Amino acid sequence: MSAAIDVRGLTRRFGAFTAVDAISFDVRAGEVFGFLGANGAGKTTAIKMLIGLLAPSAGEARVAGFDVRTQAEEVRRRIGYMSQRFSLYDDLTARENIALYGGIYGLSDAAIRERGDAMLDRLRLGHAGAARVGSLPLGWKQKLAFSVALLHAPAIVFLDEPTGGVDPVTRRQFWEMIYAEASRGTTVFVTTHYMDEAEYCDRVSIMVDGRIAAMGTPEALKADSGAATLDELFVRLARPSSAAGAAR
Amino acid sequence: MSTGGSPLVVERLSKRFGETVALDDVSLEVRPGELFGLVGPDGGGKTTLFRVVTTLLLPDAGTATVLGLDAVRDLWAIRSRVGYMPGRFSLYPDLSVEENLRFFASVFGTSIEEGYATIAPIYRQIEPFRDRRAGALSGGMKQKLALSCALVHRPDILFLDEPTTGVDAVSRREFWDLLHELRASGLPIVVATPYMDEADRCDRVALVQQGRVLAIDAPSEIGARFPHPLFAVRGRDRFALLQALRDHPHAASVFPFGDELHYADARAQMAPSAIAEEVRAHLRTRGLDDAEVAPIRPGIEDTFMALMGAPPEAAA
Repeated sequence: MSAAIDVRGLTRRFGAFTAVDAISFDVRAGEVFGFLGANGAGKTTAIKMLIGLLAPSAGEARVAGFDVRTQAEEVRRRIGYMSQRFSLYDDLTARENIALYGGIYGLSDAAIRERGDAMLDRLRLGHAGAARVGSLPLGWKQKLAFSVALLHAPAIVFLDEPTGGVDPVTRRQFWEMIYAEASRGTTVFVTTHYMDEAEYCDRVSIMVDGRIAAMGTPEALKADSGAATLDELFVRLARPSSAAGAAR
Repeated sequence: MSTGGSPLVVERLSKRFGETVALDDVSLEVRPGELFGLVGPDGGGKTTLFRVVTTLLLPDAGTATVLGLDAVRDLWAIRSRVGYMPGRFSLYPDLSVEENLRFFASVFGTSIEEGYATIAPIYRQIEPFRDRRAGALSGGMKQKLALSCALVHRPDILFLDEPTTGVDAVSRREFWDLLHELRASGLPIVVATPYMDEADRCDRVALVQQGRVLAIDAPSEIGARFPHPLFAVRGRDRFALLQALRDHPHAASVFPFGDELHYADARAQMAPSAIAEEVRAHLRTRGLDDAEVAPIRPGIEDTFMALMGAPPEAAA
């Protein structure tokens, strides 16, 4: 079986600045892959290329078997995406958001109704289907956004800091939803600034200055580096000398 | 509550926005020179509290006394003496670093030169880029400029609303190092953060959730409020461990914590070592022979989850 995501020498330059510098990795189907890095390390640029929003300067990436450069439309049809900044429309109700995204993804009205009901049931949000999304607690909004990103049963879902600012109990419930989805075979590609969440991933990569500085299972990364936690390894990689931090 | 020199005293403060209760009978006191943390998730009421104590919002009930001044009656006197860094980037992107700083200084009738000693520990790091447009700065540099702008008029108390939200773990650590430098000058600082691990960098913290204060104490003391014996459980198959622990008849709570699980046991009378032995036996009956179970001291996040109860409900 081919990889869900297959990246070879992927590069993006902006003028003289190389934001993503020849990165290579692959993600297996059904894997929970943590994509870590400091602010400005190139994570967002890399994700934009993987979801077909930004053309690579060099190298290639195949997502769900399709080339992000030449088959971006095919890629977009097979992926889901959510972030803290862009998720749902606050002024629409939960049901209206479901209908809107279902329509964009090309689902039939019957499918939207059926999947929407099942989703609200699963989230125990049935009673809130008519509530404006803006009135929901952040944690619920994020759970709903995650479910909406899965509405069209994508092969791969990209989650960009999905739990930022969410309370610690809901944050853990969110990760149980991630595990449940991965166990159904969906590939999960996730970024986070919570280092305890990095430990929940099957594998993680840590980006530093446009390159992948480390990649592997959390256990192997800790064992190989001698770091007690991923947080410790992250600090070590992101700031090789503590003085370097001052310029950022 | 004593007000003897306390830079901030909040008593029974409440504020509603329509149906939403943003602050529900909140009382707290910040002591002289203290680095005080307001720790809790979004929607906790942290921003509303900042807006009341910086005189930008009128409370429905209760009082806030800032530097001995009343937040409603003495608003003009307070405004010139507090520094406030709002959660959203609020600088002028088309002005240069230096122009932004000069503008904020002039609003308060002062100059960069007069405020230089105060801002130096932070401003020196971005001074080499003083001619760069603020909009073209990196996230970390924007943050340092915003902090410089909030300090240039030499305030007597500093309020920082989620300065580290969305910031990576390393940059967050560096920002807290800066705050400790500022604290050394005796400036009282109140910082809001959704990151529980940052509570340890504060002298004292208030845990806030849905407009209520759950606890106020030194970070090292907060854990004492955890209501049960707590254990760290490690093993190869974390998901199986989670299920097995949740099925334990005396489980009070089970939560993943990075590469381990935290298990709270409802049996208060039993010795922790005896509980650990019994839980190991329970896990062995599930085929989880490699599980390690060790008593631990509860941390801030453990305590927060125990005190917050059920997460916020989605009301219709």
